[in-house]
Amino acid sequence: MTTIEHSIQNNYGDLVGTDLVAGRLYTDPEIFRVEMEKIFYRTWVWVAHESEIPEPGSFKTTQVGNQPVIVTRDRKGNFNTLLNRCRHRGATVCDQRSGKANGFTCPYHNWSYALDGRLRGIPYPDGYEGVIDKKDFPLQTLRTESYLGMIWTTFNQDAEPLEDFLGDAKLWMERFFKQSNGLPTKVLGVHKFRFKGNWKIQLENTTDGYHFPMVHKSWMASVDAETADMMSFMDDPAAETHSLGNGHSVAIMAAAHVDLDIDDGTEEIQPRFQHLVDELTEAGESPERIRRYMRSMHGCGFNLNTFPNVAMSSSFFRVLIPISVDETEIWHMAIGMDGGPESVNRERLRIHEHFQGPFGFGSPDDAEGWTRVQIGAGGNPDMPILVNRGEGREYITEEGWPTSHVTDETGMREAYAMWKKLMSDD
Amino acid sequence: MTDLGLTDPRVLRAIELVWKEAEALDAKDYKSWEQMYTDDGIYVIPIDPDTDDFASSLNMVYDDARMRRLRVQRMLQGYSPSAVAAARTVRVISRFTVQERTDTSVTLRSAQIVNAFKRNAFLTLGADLTHTIVFDDEGDDRIALKVVRLIDSEDAVSASGYLL
Repeated sequence: MTTIEHSIQNNYGDLVGTDLVAGRLYTDPEIFRVEMEKIFYRTWVWVAHESEIPEPGSFKTTQVGNQPVIVTRDRKGNFNTLLNRCRHRGATVCDQRSGKANGFTCPYHNWSYALDGRLRGIPYPDGYEGVIDKKDFPLQTLRTESYLGMIWTTFNQDAEPLEDFLGDAKLWMERFFKQSNGLPTKVLGVHKFRFKGNWKIQLENTTDGYHFPMVHKSWMASVDAETADMMSFMDDPAAETHSLGNGHSVAIMAAAHVDLDIDDGTEEIQPRFQHLVDELTEAGESPERIRRYMRSMHGCGFNLNTFPNVAMSSSFFRVLIPISVDETEIWHMAIGMDGGPESVNRERLRIHEHFQGPFGFGSPDDAEGWTRVQIGAGGNPDMPILVNRGEGREYITEEGWPTSHVTDETGMREAYAMWKKLMSDD
Repeated sequence: MTDLGLTDPRVLRAIELVWKEAEALDAKDYKSWEQMYTDDGIYVIPIDPDTDDFASSLNMVYDDARMRRLRVQRMLQGYSPSAVAAARTVRVISRFTVQERTDTSVTLRSAQIVNAFKRNAFLTLGADLTHTIVFDDEGDDRIALKVVRLIDSEDAVSASGYLL
């Protein structure tokens, strides 16, 4: 076991061993401040799915760490991430959650900016003659790249290319998006809630198979037998978690759905979907296509957790936004097919509502557990948090992925290894 | 002055049921609450502030009788950590206006303020409510539709372990 050298001030990497981390990682405001600088302002942070900004002029506002940004699609169709801060006196230039615009005008002195951040207009410009040149004062532009419609951004102009950062997570993203059955994916709606706890508590949870039957017992009791069976992975040896590198990991809950293109024909379609099968048959859809829609209804059978802030979680996106050391906002974004049968999308919405969101049968129980971690971890903040479950049975796959059972803490160890690396960098 | 309809006894009956429902929810008497709905009644907390097409939208709650029954089971059976540690609530409903009156029903709009207390913190939730109350001759009035439009529905909502 690794010991924690908590006597070394400001050497944050030492707070994380290979299998346990100091409790004050959740509670120390100074650590949070440094995390913003060394993680959220240094590496790739997910900000949007392309369906949220579908047309030229579409925009969405969000945060990168604690900083407000606007994600836009400009006239050329390019994605831009702009710091939401006027270059004049610092006001935000956009106050809407999302929408469509020709550009952004600061409400204070009406400086106006294009969708790509260029400063287009300054009222009464005579006062700036010989003082500033408009071309030198665009909105600060972050580096923005996308993969399979998922858009990431970074303040770090020297960051490695996004695809290198994603690495082996790319294969799992390709598998994740097979649930759209060859059609484009679109965000159907978003549940947002906050909990009084540190962001890493949520980061850990996405690949925490161990909590599922305990915390989500009330959800398990409320679903049909087939769904409960699908999520009964505690004793299933095929249910594993792989470390994918760069802090990313994947937890497989339903191995039969890992690659939805592969169908050995043995899986029974859940009786709860019979009304949809009948409706789609009536509408002239082929039996093969209907079977595909039904098998993809619950998503991809795994949670892909990418460091530091987005998971492609079975059938939805799970986004974390750190607010402060002890508060985190979570977005659960329901997704569906753009152009497929609306009845299938509606069924996916009902499944999402059943578990997710502030009144779902699952999320409030997660939030309760996470809040209790934050309170409890304030007791003896140097006492370690254990993330060593399954260490004794971890092995390396032929792909080179450290792997153990889905109830083990392999994914958390991967995330903390990346945390340690970034926090140790100068 | 607008006629609030408060001289109509059926409107008063409808308001009485809305208040009885509020009392049941504050008391977490979910078994009584469930009985207050018609068999085809809908209970919805939408996210989109403008939509009436709840089926095609993502909602926080979109319950028919089956989902209400499951929800009540979940709140009472003791498996859910958030329900076990639920906040205490007091709610006030007022500002009633009559949206529609038919031979068999009254649709009311109202304002609801909920104050929820848990672990030394108060949380205030504000919402516009719409209730459609249907009457029967035996005086067994029921809720056919309840829509809770939270004023912060598009932002983070952190209610915990109770119903609105």
